[in-house]
Amino acid sequence: MLTGHQSWQFDKRPRLLGTATVVGPFEGQGPLAKDFDRIHDDLRIGQDSWEKAEKTLLEEAAKLAVQNAGLTNEKINFFVGGDLMNQIISTSFAARTLAIPHIGVFGACSTSMESLAVAANLVNSRSADYTLASACSHNATAEKQFRYPTEYGSQKPPTAQYTVTGAGASVVSLDGDGPCITTATIGRVIDMGIKDPFNMGAAMAPAAVDTIQAHFRDLNVEPGHYDLIVTGDLSKIGYELARDLFERHKVPIDQTVYKDCGMMIYDYETQQVQAGASGCGCSAVVTYGHLLNRLRKGEFNRMLVVATGALLSPLSYQQGESIPCIAHAVSIERGVTPE
Amino acid sequence: MSNGKNNQTTPTQKEYQALAKKREPSRPVVSNCIKAFLVGGLISIIGQAIQDMFVNWGGFDRKEASNPTVAVLILISVILTSLGVYDKIAQWAGAGSAVPVTGFANTMASAAIEHRSEGLVLGVGGKMFKLSGPVIVFGTVAAFVVGIVHWIFDPGSTGGS
Repeated sequence: MLTGHQSWQFDKRPRLLGTATVVGPFEGQGPLAKDFDRIHDDLRIGQDSWEKAEKTLLEEAAKLAVQNAGLTNEKINFFVGGDLMNQIISTSFAARTLAIPHIGVFGACSTSMESLAVAANLVNSRSADYTLASACSHNATAEKQFRYPTEYGSQKPPTAQYTVTGAGASVVSLDGDGPCITTATIGRVIDMGIKDPFNMGAAMAPAAVDTIQAHFRDLNVEPGHYDLIVTGDLSKIGYELARDLFERHKVPIDQTVYKDCGMMIYDYETQQVQAGASGCGCSAVVTYGHLLNRLRKGEFNRMLVVATGALLSPLSYQQGESIPCIAHAVSIERGVTPE
Repeated sequence: MSNGKNNQTTPTQKEYQALAKKREPSRPVVSNCIKAFLVGGLISIIGQAIQDMFVNWGGFDRKEASNPTVAVLILISVILTSLGVYDKIAQWAGAGSAVPVTGFANTMASAAIEHRSEGLVLGVGGKMFKLSGPVIVFGTVAAFVVGIVHWIFDPGSTGGS
């Protein structure tokens, strides 16, 4: 149900019936390792190309999520997902294997929450009984497409971010008693004229703040309504900038705990990731793994996940275009019956 | 998609860009220079040692020895690239590992390895010069310009030795 200008309120409280996360070796060495369902020790996932490796990650995550939901692929009505590759090949090729009717979406690294918002809306409007939402990324495919060959020796600046190798998937339905998806806010594209593709956190921070403010306005709530607000992959620099902007726009963000997934998945001391993590997989595996585990345990009751995406292409930045960015927010609550 | 001169930066954008600049950690230029000096120097010393080996034990004269020396350095660089070590050295060494001939070998080897999955012709053959192509193009252009300058000031010296 449309609430305010750009938000949806899900009155039927669709639930996350099953979730799954599959990651690569580097993520498995990070502090959140115990929250992932499967950790691969081979970056190639036993495939002969990086692209196939990314597709395989997603296939595994999707299959596991369906399994965890106690369902089979035939039960799922729609599979909503996307990734960072040109023509979202990882997702469409996985959809070929899964044989579930497919809606491909692209929001760069905001895809994790974009797909979840669409999947929840389909279920809430009774357009589907079961939907599968997903997002995935692979460090080497992203490097290959957006930057340099993986083995090329270039020095990364301290603002650079490390693309997560991982896939997260979730099954959404009205069944069960899992965590509920209560609202979603679809973001505007914001471009503050940042052109440096090695500083995407700075480019994305204004989009995150814009969506969060729109969310509060549309739903008439304050930051304190949530126990936790997380942004997707702003990492150190973007996170600091988002805090600066909250202060300037007089958003009382200190009422809640504000964190960033890009600063959670790796260990800054032992892993060389510069500013932190990025990629569709980042917010997907941190949310579907770590955060939902904590929510299920009751460490907190209500969280707002704001996945952030930099909508650039290798062509656009070579042509001197600035980086347009977007953020989508989804609120998730513990599976208690509504009062 | 119109950028350029008619697309003005708004005051809000300017303000944010200034803020972002302030939050951007500065690159450690001094320590980067020192590291680059050390690694670049070390690679050159290794090169010198290889050349001396060819002169002392290989029976080459000093001029002839430079070609096999470069070949050995390239071979070492390609092996380190395929073992996945060169990019790790480069993150620490910066320009120190990029400037010598080993850096050039790394650009070609890394692109060739990366695009092997797209086949030998369009992948390896077509993409191998993706990064090293500009170096060759602008190196040739620069050599041409220097050649012209040389000819203007000393026309008698051209025509090969």
